[in-house]
Amino acid sequence: MRTAIFPANPDQLDDIRKFASQAARDAGMDESAVYAVELCMDEACSNVIEHAYEGINEGEIECTCDLNEKDLTIIIHDHGKSFNPAAVPPPDLTADLDSRPIGGLGIFLMNKLMDEVRFESFGESGNVLTMIKHRKIESEKT
Amino acid sequence: MEIKLQKFKRCDLLTVIGKVDSFTAPDLIKAIENLNNANRYKIILDLGKLEYMSSAGFRAILLGQRNCKRYNRGEIVLASVPKKVMDALELTGFTPLFKIFDEITPAVGNF
Repeated sequence: MRTAIFPANPDQLDDIRKFASQAARDAGMDESAVYAVELCMDEACSNVIEHAYEGINEGEIECTCDLNEKDLTIIIHDHGKSFNPAAVPPPDLTADLDSRPIGGLGIFLMNKLMDEVRFESFGESGNVLTMIKHRKIESEKT
Repeated sequence: MEIKLQKFKRCDLLTVIGKVDSFTAPDLIKAIENLNNANRYKIILDLGKLEYMSSAGFRAILLGQRNCKRYNRGEIVLASVPKKVMDALELTGFTPLFKIFDEITPAVGNF
């Protein structure tokens, strides 16, 4: 299990993604799955920066990557405002250009690309977002 | 992220190099806006050297496309989209909003 603490600032996203992609590579995931993990980590932390900390770059984001036999589990802990991605309605992805919503895409991607996404709010102890992606063992691939 | 501009007679080519996320997307928005402010609305985004794009980048090109297509004055087209980025664009239903070319030359010829 690895944990790293990042300042809640968009300029940290590159390092945050590297932290996640390393864990995904260690899990033996292929490049497309590594990219998916990177993308979901970015989307989750971008939401924390923008919504939980409301763009005020003073908080911290604690990221943990945990690997077991079956899964890569990513845990993102913040102390900002409670922001439940599960409560955000799915965007209308068929709307025409002018009525296409510009929000909600990150959460949509997280739900699509991860096997499980779970949000919990602990009041003063902050918010915890857990994302799980199954490892595919080499021998199972055809 | 780095953006290079190459001007053609009928359109402009923006080459986006590196990674677009919520830190760098404002620069992409600005690059498109700068062209729009000069009354240039026919834009090719060359993504051949793009390594990564999050939904912040998708929003940037969506906002750009809205402004460019207004009054039928132009449009943004995409060229040389890396597979990983293309997969995410497809997943989010973005591919119908843009003409997508495999290479730059046919994209220039589109205008």
